[in-house]
Amino acid sequence: MAKILQRKRLVPNIHLLEVHAPEVAQKCKPGQFVIIMPDERGERIPLTIGDWDEKKGSVTSVFLVVGTSTHKLSMLEAGDEVPVFVGPLGKPSEIEKYGTVLCAGGCFGIAAIYPIARALKEAGNKIITLLDVKANYLIYWEDKLKAVSDQFFISARDSYYDCKEYIPNTLEKIVKKEKKIDRVVSIGCTYLMYTCSEATKPYGIKTVVSLNPIMVDGTGMCGACRVTIDGKTKFACVDGPDFDGHLVDWDELFSRRKSYFEDEIQSLCYWEKETFP
Amino acid sequence: MSENKKEMPQELKKRLRTAFNEEWRKELRKSLPAKERIKIPRQKMPERDAEERNKDFYEVNLGLEAKMAKAEAQRCLDCANPQCVTGCPVGIDIPTFIKLIEIGDFEQSVRMIKETNSLPAICGRVCPQETQCEVVCNLKKATGVPVAIGNLERFVADYERINGNVYIPPIPPATGKKVAIIGAGPAGLTVAGDLARKGHKVTIFEALHIAGGVLVYGIPEFRLPKKSLQAEVEYLERLGVELKTNFVVGKTATLKDLENEGYDAFFIGSGAGLPNFMRIPGENLIGVYSANEYLTRVNLMRAYEFPKYDTPVFLGKKAAVLGGGNVAMDSVRTAKRLGAEMAAIVYRRSSVEMPARAEEVHHAEEEGIEFLFLTTPIRYFGDEKGRVKAMECLRMELGEPDASGRRRPIPIKGSEFVMDADLVVVAIGNSPNPLIPQTTPQLKVGKWGNVEVDWDTMATSIKGVYAGGDIIRGGATVILAMGDARIAAASIDKYLSNKK
Repeated sequence: MAKILQRKRLVPNIHLLEVHAPEVAQKCKPGQFVIIMPDERGERIPLTIGDWDEKKGSVTSVFLVVGTSTHKLSMLEAGDEVPVFVGPLGKPSEIEKYGTVLCAGGCFGIAAIYPIARALKEAGNKIITLLDVKANYLIYWEDKLKAVSDQFFISARDSYYDCKEYIPNTLEKIVKKEKKIDRVVSIGCTYLMYTCSEATKPYGIKTVVSLNPIMVDGTGMCGACRVTIDGKTKFACVDGPDFDGHLVDWDELFSRRKSYFEDEIQSLCYWEKETFP
Repeated sequence: MSENKKEMPQELKKRLRTAFNEEWRKELRKSLPAKERIKIPRQKMPERDAEERNKDFYEVNLGLEAKMAKAEAQRCLDCANPQCVTGCPVGIDIPTFIKLIEIGDFEQSVRMIKETNSLPAICGRVCPQETQCEVVCNLKKATGVPVAIGNLERFVADYERINGNVYIPPIPPATGKKVAIIGAGPAGLTVAGDLARKGHKVTIFEALHIAGGVLVYGIPEFRLPKKSLQAEVEYLERLGVELKTNFVVGKTATLKDLENEGYDAFFIGSGAGLPNFMRIPGENLIGVYSANEYLTRVNLMRAYEFPKYDTPVFLGKKAAVLGGGNVAMDSVRTAKRLGAEMAAIVYRRSSVEMPARAEEVHHAEEEGIEFLFLTTPIRYFGDEKGRVKAMECLRMELGEPDASGRRRPIPIKGSEFVMDADLVVVAIGNSPNPLIPQTTPQLKVGKWGNVEVDWDTMATSIKGVYAGGDIIRGGATVILAMGDARIAAASIDKYLSNKK
């Protein structure tokens, strides 16, 4: 059992979860994830690591409330325990000195991209951070990300910020303006990563995405997380989660992520009925 | 990946001989002559009706009753030269435990078994006895029907659990040596039991949240109830074994990290963690599962109780399971229980080459499982949502024997046909889990990623590190893993007693 140190709502529908897991915290590297199971009847789901504190022995993740598992997580309070919190899993992100790296994140990916941006900055890269939100009140960790960025942009669909469009368009504008971007890292929902990869393709800029297929064990044992990369089947949990966005079979990923769409609705209805009778 | 067939160790031979010559055994042999014993029919394992059981997950076999167990034990001729023991990978003193059943001392019988096997309730259920102890039973030679050794083993193990009087053997004073075991599957649990009984401090590191490895994520409830496994794990904990779940060695900590924490020896029993696929078009369509995923969802995550449990699984109407082993049988019988109108085994060889236990095949047939032999899929077709709906297959014929000694299947040209399938489970084996080899550079691995060992001691290329089970074999059986484990435990004990 792992103890919850903190669970708070960052913005509507997006929560932060800090868990006491000293062994995991010792080993965390940017780009890795954990598998969590909210309760004994729950599902094992992957959460990307947003931050960690070795001294405190804690690991922090940010998640979007979608289905039963994330609803359950969103109701945890400090002091509660979860039966499964295991990691860090997956290969860490590649961190080298590339030159200028553009970090494009949205949704839970704003947190997920933070440790990568931080490590890339420490490795001597110039960091341009670009975050995507539907509206200004959905932004979080702005200060944390600004602190590790040389340039910082927000792409929102309301008039609060300058860029009133979806992230790939803003991304393309930055790419054109900057002339030299050596690498793009994109984390967020599948659609965001797909569109960001499409946007950089014509410019031939290596674009790393952190794939988020359905997982069960997270250690390579089951193969639920199969993705096709450059025509070859890979297991996102052990071969990834980072892959070259230009080589991903996105159609397959979109389709496989929706595998249990109807079951998920049924499960959520069941849970709601049971929890709020 | 094969081990050399070993002669029965002298020590075991001597032990068997001594037991054989005990007075009570002599008298028992005299009390009923062999010619009377061979007349007793093999006691049929009571089982639930096929049409009832193929709709739920309760255990198929109900277990022998005491009277039946005694009658079955009487069939054993108590041979001077018991062949059965040579067939047992862990070298259980089979005649003694059976004769103890005959005289009604069930408690002593199970203690006897536990001297060499910490997991009798499991072995009694899942071992392929018909190719191990029972195949060489002298009664089989005489009458064609061997003693039901497996059923008897299960009987005494269950007897002890149900009566709640689980015997904890005396444990010698602590040696002060620490052993780390990686993986709480059949191999790891066996090593843990053996070493704890020698007074070593044993910690098992398990990646999943429940101990058991394949016994919990793979083998279904209807064949191995979780409560039987739970009882065996509790027994180990009472022996002083510490269990650390949710700990992935290779990720949460490396072998080196653990060594730095003061562990004196290691056993790697991390299993066959990587499912094999056929690499044919359409294999990533929704509804095509590896057997590992399918069974994990149903067994470990209890998808058969969805939505009470959160993990879903596809309920196919037409289920095709590829493969002919025990895992394939477990998968196809699971699909049937989850409501498949048609659940079929699709196997590229013929029935005689199937590696599954005879009992499982027999049970599957009774439950209405169909078998398509000499057939292999070559691609899958999906619907507009990316879900599998059919597969194209080829018919095969058998050619010359291959390296495994089985006749090689050869495709018949032009024999393509399409069959409907909205659930496909690929049960064609696993590769060894790469997590530990990847993070332990000095560890020597073979061509298939299997950890290489000295088969006499189970020692790996690193001093003090031993391995056994599927991580060295690539995909075998529970009992072979336990056999490796017994050798490894003996080697580790020896290594630790020499280590200062």
